Amino acid sequence: MKNFVIPETDYMVPGHLACPGCGASLGMRFALKALGEKTMVVVPACCWSIIAGPFPYSAVKVPLFHTAFETAASVASGLRAALDMQGQDDVTVMAWAGDGGTFDIGLQALSGAAERNEDFIYVCYDNEAYMNTGIQRSSATPEGAWTTTTPEGHVKDRPKKNIVDILAAHRIPYVATASVAYPHDFIRKLQKAQSMHGTRFIHLLSPCPPGWKIPSDDSIEIARLAVQTKLFPLYEIEDGEKVTINLEPDGLPVRHYFEKQGRFRYLTDADYERIQRDVDHRWEILKRKAEWAKE
Amino acid sequence: MKKVMMGNHAVSYGARLSRVQVISAYPITPQTQIVEELSELCARGELEAKFIKVESEHSAMAACIGASAGGARAFTATSSQGLALMHELLHWAAGARLPIVLANVNRAMGPGWSIWSEQTDSLAQRDTGWLQIYCESNQEVLDTTIQAFKIAETLSLPVMVILDAFFLSHTYEPVDIPDQRGIDRFLPPFQPKVKMDIRDPHAFGALVTPEHYYEFRYNIQKAFERATGVIEEVGREFGEHFGRYYGLLEEYEMDDAEIVLVTSSTITSTARAVVRERRARGEKIGLLKVRVFRPFPFAAIRQALSGVRKAAVIDRNISFGHHGIFFSEIKSALYGQPDAPRLFGFIAGLGGRDVTPETIHDIIDITQHESKPQQDIYWIGLKSAGQKATAPKTAAVK
Ligand SMILES: Cc1ncc(C[n+]2csc(CCOP(=O)(O)OP(=O)(O)O)c2C)c(N)n1
Ligand code: SF4
Ligand SMILES: [Mg+2]
Repeated sequence: MKNFVIPETDYMVPGHLACPGCGASLGMRFALKALGEKTMVVVPACCWSIIAGPFPYSAVKVPLFHTAFETAASVASGLRAALDMQGQDDVTVMAWAGDGGTFDIGLQALSGAAERNEDFIYVCYDNEAYMNTGIQRSSATPEGAWTTTTPEGHVKDRPKKNIVDILAAHRIPYVATASVAYPHDFIRKLQKAQSMHGTRFIHLLSPCPPGWKIPSDDSIEIARLAVQTKLFPLYEIEDGEKVTINLEPDGLPVRHYFEKQGRFRYLTDADYERIQRDVDHRWEILKRKAEWAKE
Repeated sequence: MKKVMMGNHAVSYGARLSRVQVISAYPITPQTQIVEELSELCARGELEAKFIKVESEHSAMAACIGASAGGARAFTATSSQGLALMHELLHWAAGARLPIVLANVNRAMGPGWSIWSEQTDSLAQRDTGWLQIYCESNQEVLDTTIQAFKIAETLSLPVMVILDAFFLSHTYEPVDIPDQRGIDRFLPPFQPKVKMDIRDPHAFGALVTPEHYYEFRYNIQKAFERATGVIEEVGREFGEHFGRYYGLLEEYEMDDAEIVLVTSSTITSTARAVVRERRARGEKIGLLKVRVFRPFPFAAIRQALSGVRKAAVIDRNISFGHHGIFFSEIKSALYGQPDAPRLFGFIAGLGGRDVTPETIHDIIDITQHESKPQQDIYWIGLKSAGQKATAPKTAAVK
């Protein structure tokens, strides 16, 4: 990654409507730099429906189709088919959806498309709640997090759904995690995905200052801490099996990540310990999978 | 070339002749053969199209939306529960002005499970911004499927082609299949006015403030107002090419008719036979088939029923708490017309109950016998207690 240069050309323009420090807007900027102008984007209902700007404006310089909440993968399937019928196989179709549109309401359509191995890149920018509608829990919301539907006294008591394993279980060619704090890694993964065919899925952790109750200038640091605490490891899975860990984290205690965010203010020391054990355990599993893939 | 085929295959052949480029559909009785046959045609290389075998009707419509936005001629078929599942996206397709064609086999909605014919599924989608054309025969199904693409692409609006479960979907009838060269002249390749294009990038369907939304809706309504003329024009042009002419309505024995039956779909065929019989007895009965339900052909209906003494509207559908849906729409078309007929509304054949010649005779008898309607709606052939509408026991009947 040493000589990797981030492409200079931007396909996102100033004037978009994201909050300051929004990981989702930064993520799109990197994604379009990586994929280039021959890209079409499908966006279901999510913060990006707003970020992209109202009619007649657009925050991106590539074709963008806004669609219903649960339809990113199926609209992308249809768009891909149309392009193929017109011989436009040099155009990349990218579905760009939030965690709600991916883990929850759009999971059926995504699973269907992945099982068919539809030829598109699907990026889920995961801000771990329904932010567009004002911070309600999704199945991507982590255990212990406050949201407006998991308020004080009832913070989320179930772990985050493992979307990466779910997608990998479809045995699609490429599944990867990424973080806006590691743009080189994210861009490399997008370009690698672009060189492949079939369904390619990238799970992008995307900080959201108002939803996570963090200062907007802490976004990147917190995204980095998620990786460094092993809460959100950077890795990729090819053909459903070949696991590669892309970055060996420092292994900071998880509380460094939690303590910086207002949404986790109800976690206790006992919670930290329990979550730490769980994170260590899952990291071991991931490492073994990666070792197994090397053999 | 003539071929004996089921209504479902008439849809498939219509789609094939229209050279659809993207098909996305999900099985549901009694529509399944439409997509099975299209799968076969694709597999045999007789149709060059992408067939996306989605995991639900919701995704079927979503995929058609993506395909149409990408500039391809897109087609799907469904029925009943499947159409209901698509509901949200029917609005999306129309609002995005995408000329998708959908064949819907009219089937009753559950519960209890019914696979038999009823129009409530499609009529419940009345306000989604789709044109709706109801077919009476397999020939009309095939011809209408082809016309639907031309109408849709002219107006940038989606079109629903509708056929009765079993009475058409599974009934074999001789169908004349126009030759491909003729169809290619009638229906050239899809040339979208706008599409997703990397050389001319735009955002489609973005957030729209009250500043603009209102005008978008006005434009859709204006397109619907143009649609009646477009449907007539396309029907005429089709006739010039292939000898079969189509319009908004179809009139039978209407010239001096005093009592008129108003029907749609296959009930029309039964009614036509009954009208023939009653005419032979010297009764001045006519028949008006409503082919196009959206746009609602207000002017044509007013004209056709002007001066008629009484009209009996037969609905194989119901809007609970209101009336039969064709009945209420026709009433609204005639409101304030000085020479409008007295309107009688009949519900018949829900859930695929047979509407026999006797049923139609009963309807005519009631309409003849009563100077004005005694009931808001007549439920014909009802077995249980309740508002039982029975024909007066006069002579001459049956
Ligand atoms: C069928 C449907 N249900 C609900 C909504 C309302 N809605 C719009 S966006 C959204 C949440 C989106 O959450 P996510 O996908 O995580 O994206 P984010 O807003 O967090 O970026 C909801 C519930 C909708 N548009 N459509
Ligand atoms: S609410 Fe969060 S995800 Fe949405 S625009 Fe603001 S920062 Fe971005
Ligand atoms: Mg979210």
